[in-house]
Amino acid sequence: MHIPEMKTGKEALLVLGCPQVPVQTAIALYLMHSLRRLGVRPVVAGNQAARMLIEVSDPAHHYAGEMVDLDGCITELAAGKRKYDYFMVFVHNDAGVSYGATVQSITGKKVVLIIYGEHFSEISDSVDFPCEKIAAKAVHNPMPLKKKIDEVLNWLVSNL
Amino acid sequence: MACIESLKYEIVLKGASFSECREYIKKNCREVLTVDPGTLLFEKPIIGIPPVFIGLDGDTITFPYTKPCYGTFLLRTENPEEALRLRKMPRK
Repeated sequence: MHIPEMKTGKEALLVLGCPQVPVQTAIALYLMHSLRRLGVRPVVAGNQAARMLIEVSDPAHHYAGEMVDLDGCITELAAGKRKYDYFMVFVHNDAGVSYGATVQSITGKKVVLIIYGEHFSEISDSVDFPCEKIAAKAVHNPMPLKKKIDEVLNWLVSNL
Repeated sequence: MACIESLKYEIVLKGASFSECREYIKKNCREVLTVDPGTLLFEKPIIGIPPVFIGLDGDTITFPYTKPCYGTFLLRTENPEEALRLRKMPRK
């Protein structure tokens, strides 16, 4: 199905975490779809397993666009070689919080943390750097997180 | 210089928080460097919640290392070249 897209020339970096929580790939693809509808081009950063899950789920890249290695992406951001308009970091464990804090510290921009998993509430409470949070208890069923994204994405894209 | 996976390192703490890593480095290392996340160490950007501490004892470097699937480790390794490079970096 064709996705009607506006063109804004803006790019969002989606930083994927460890893909051990099943909803991550589905939510990442849904978020890419929603961003494209708002005219924002998604770029996905993740480790090889996280990227391959996207690649196999969306082989024709209807939703996914460019995909980059996570370490290489952080290195480029730190060196100021690449800039994005939005930063969305997937978080379901302490490592995800560390990646979110790193992206925020390097870019100085407010990042959006997409917090999910069994312990989403404790993880959300542990975050004390400037960010917006989209948080829901989503492990196998992506719908609670999808609903939250639907509620706030337009606002985030207009206001960040 | 070598990338972290190819180093001989000792795991000091496993599944540690960044405040636990800072605490350990402050108590146990002779010199403490404060660096920004994204600073290159062994050719990889440091991932972490600021302030990120690196400990130095002679040529031994103690540093946090985060992997998406395994969380944060505090590692210790001996590397004269990298220790010298760290000492030459502008101090925060």
